[in-house]
Amino acid sequence: MINSSSDNVKKLNSINRRMFITGSLKFFIMIGIVSRLFFLQVKENKKYLTLSDKNRIREWKLAPVRGEFHDYFGNVIAGNFEAYQLHVIPEQVEDFRYVIYRLKDLLELSDNEFKKVLKKKNEIKPWETLIVSDNLSWQKFSKINNHLYDLNGVKPVISISRNYPFKENFTHLIGYVSQANQDDIESTQAIKKNFVPGLKVGKVGLEKTFEEKLIGTNDIERYEVNAYGRRISQLEFQKGEKGKTLRLTIDTEVQKLANELLKDKAGSICVMDIYTGAVVAMHSSPSFDPNLFVFGISQDDWQLIRNDPMKPLVNKTLQGNYSPGSTIKPIVALSALENGIVNTNFTVRCTGKTEMYGQTYHCWKKKGHGYVSLRNAMKQSCDTYFYEIARKLGVDKLSETAKKFGLGEKVFGNLFDIEKKGLIPNTQWKKNALGKGWLLGETIITGIGQGYIQTTPIQLCLMTAQIANGGYKIYPHIVVDDKVKDQPTDKFTPLYKNSKNIKIVQDAIFGSTNEVMGTSYRSRIDNPKYQFAGKTGTAQVKKITEEERELDLKTFQIPYEQRDHALYVAFGPYKNPRYALSVIVEHGGNGSTTAAPMATKLFKLIIDRHKIRESLGNKKYLEI
Amino acid sequence: MYQHTRLTTNRLGFFQKFKNFDYILLICILLLGFISLATMYSTDGGEIKFHTKSHFTKLAVFTLMMLVMSFINIKYWFSLGYLAYVVVVGLLVGTYLFGITSSGSQRWINLYFINLQPSELMKIFIIVCLAKFFHRMKLENVNSIYTILTSLIIILLPMGLVIVQPDLGTAVLIAISGIAVLWFAGINYKYFIYTILGFVISLPFVIAFLKPYQKLRVLTFLNPDKDPLGAGYQIIQSKIAVGSGGIFGKGFLKGTQSYLEFLPEKHTDFIFTLFSEEFGFVGSAILLVIYVIIIYRIVAIGASSRSYFAKIFCYSFGAAIFVFITINMSMVLGLLPIVGSPLPIMSYGGSSMLATMIGFGIVMSARVHNQQLIA
Repeated sequence: MINSSSDNVKKLNSINRRMFITGSLKFFIMIGIVSRLFFLQVKENKKYLTLSDKNRIREWKLAPVRGEFHDYFGNVIAGNFEAYQLHVIPEQVEDFRYVIYRLKDLLELSDNEFKKVLKKKNEIKPWETLIVSDNLSWQKFSKINNHLYDLNGVKPVISISRNYPFKENFTHLIGYVSQANQDDIESTQAIKKNFVPGLKVGKVGLEKTFEEKLIGTNDIERYEVNAYGRRISQLEFQKGEKGKTLRLTIDTEVQKLANELLKDKAGSICVMDIYTGAVVAMHSSPSFDPNLFVFGISQDDWQLIRNDPMKPLVNKTLQGNYSPGSTIKPIVALSALENGIVNTNFTVRCTGKTEMYGQTYHCWKKKGHGYVSLRNAMKQSCDTYFYEIARKLGVDKLSETAKKFGLGEKVFGNLFDIEKKGLIPNTQWKKNALGKGWLLGETIITGIGQGYIQTTPIQLCLMTAQIANGGYKIYPHIVVDDKVKDQPTDKFTPLYKNSKNIKIVQDAIFGSTNEVMGTSYRSRIDNPKYQFAGKTGTAQVKKITEEERELDLKTFQIPYEQRDHALYVAFGPYKNPRYALSVIVEHGGNGSTTAAPMATKLFKLIIDRHKIRESLGNKKYLEI
Repeated sequence: MYQHTRLTTNRLGFFQKFKNFDYILLICILLLGFISLATMYSTDGGEIKFHTKSHFTKLAVFTLMMLVMSFINIKYWFSLGYLAYVVVVGLLVGTYLFGITSSGSQRWINLYFINLQPSELMKIFIIVCLAKFFHRMKLENVNSIYTILTSLIIILLPMGLVIVQPDLGTAVLIAISGIAVLWFAGINYKYFIYTILGFVISLPFVIAFLKPYQKLRVLTFLNPDKDPLGAGYQIIQSKIAVGSGGIFGKGFLKGTQSYLEFLPEKHTDFIFTLFSEEFGFVGSAILLVIYVIIIYRIVAIGASSRSYFAKIFCYSFGAAIFVFITINMSMVLGLLPIVGSPLPIMSYGGSSMLATMIGFGIVMSARVHNQQLIA
């Protein structure tokens, strides 16, 4: 008993000692657990809270509403319309096969379209939206709505989409939108930021230039999702901002007339305010309907546009490099006057052709003009006279003046990435570009706007505007809001040495339109309200051979591609000029018969519209 | 004389037994039960659904069972020690032969009225068995080869049966329960030191023998971010849930990680994660305090018990419960690799709760009959 009790005491001592060790161990382990908890929940709380939110909150971005384009008078020229779409969430459909075949019947989908839909369905998760149709007609949309009772899970949706109500009228100016591709996303930050599948972005024209302003911001839906990505509840709806609406200086009426005048012709018309540089109309023909691109153009339509020999995809106003022909003569005359080469009394005898440097140069008039002074030469567009003064002037001086007046340089700067610079040649240029010395004969044909010289229609318009406004520099622009900031400092600086010279040239151009024998006399308007002054031009697209010169073919007898381009630049009203325009009709034959009559119609409308334009009383606009 | 009076009051009346109850322990257990019910309610998405109902039933039945057990003299529990062990070993053999397979391991046995996981019971019954084994042993015999071999066999037999299920986690916990008894029984320190050394040395070889999924768990534990959507998912999501709980938690029924099903096994092994997410650091600390009080009471009951069996059982059970809790928490807090180990009472699962409640019942009985000597 004593033995056993002493053993018991030993046992008790042992177990109690060990309990003490265990207890201490437990204490430290507990401290460890608590500090771990403290570390995770208090110290690292923010990190894990963020991770938890990242886990549970998912954002769905909706396509932003694109800003609109308005013309000067507030008419919507590129707006938004409600597109009727059909969405299906496959997961919510009991019998997907039945529903999809039913939809195929109702929407009259072709086998190809149907296959596309099925392919799309396989690419998405069952709870994601399948867009069966993105632009339904109202008839089909209402038909679907009538059949909704047996189309479970089918959702008719109205979504905002781009619309160009004036169709082909503004295509080259505004451009069009279409589904964003990888390049768009990578090149433009705003697109990357706002990208959602199916987002439409500007592909060309102002739609592209002002993408960042137009695109707006996404509506954002924040959903709580579970571990499998299914939406549980909507936490927030953040309304996005609609893109900025841009007001253009364009007058839709004038633009429409330009489109009408150039119907079935290839060419360009642009009209400009000679003081503000506001572009009133700018059209390139032929054009196409930009609405075709919004939901993806069909292969047939695309081929039709792409293969059109008149090249509708080219914006001729900005991209078309044309020989200016006789429309350059005002600049040649001005340059000669400014450089003191000639005065108003200087005369040249025109016999229809002239021999210089062993080459024969022809005047357009075979019989010749006889003795012509500057005013007469301009009026009748006597080539011989301009050969002579160009020869005296030299190409370098001529190019200096031409560049001053806006030729050989992009008119809109960076506004359009497609704009061409044209080409104003000089001796230095030829040496650099072609590695050859300048030939004097080349100076002579440059004097009548042939040879190396190339100009775009908008450059010719700017040139005319700057002559018309008395020789002051202006900066053409298209977007109204855009011109407020960064006004160039050299705006309205004189481009002349002597303002008299500008007057002389203006008067000569006036004669060309409003006096008997003038090249565009037949297109004149006698009413001083509309009276304008203009210079015709006929640009050869190929060198005329001696044979052809003998034949003296009429325009319609020459194959289309070999006909001359018809040009016309003008400004008006003559007494108090306000607008300048340039007209180019590709292969139109003759400036005086094809291009000038268009100016007549244009001026009537432009000047009538001027009052309305003025009455809009835009302060910014009057600040000039 | 002193002893004599004690001997005369050996038999306790019913009300006296009531008086002897450890009410602090009882209240803590009931509180824990209540918390576990609330948490289960939350895992059901704030509705009374299957898990809540089932958990409530089990809780009610087993608490009642625990109370009944505490009225039964500790000496009966002593006498049942070996039998219980043999029965559970039998059940483990039965599980091995015709157990129910679920998610890759054969852990359950169908007893017609209940699906039992005998390995969970073994965690407790191995303590009862070994406590009985050492009860009458003289201290000088404790370190004899015979004793050590026998006790090792008692531990390794069920362990082996559990490992083949396969369920390494529970096997380790059974071993820990057994080792706890050996520790308190007074096995020489050097054996423990040798065992730990031997374990550390053999670790690389053990890892080589692990099954691929077990290896993956260890690797994942070491670097959960390596494969965040695969093996590391559980640890990462669990840590996110706990960490995002903050000081005061997201609020009852507002644990987004569990609601949105980011949490794995939220009813069972990861129940603490959900609780911690909803009640934060403060709530978790309170829960820990409750557990600490329970363990403290168990140890205190052991200390106040006259019989060696009760003492060694209480100490070992206290240590085992402590280990179960810390292993489960360390696991969900990313301190240990994922081993299937439920949190006592909190986790959903009948067998685990049954085992824990049996343990509590014996502890209670030891308290009520703390003057009982066992011959």
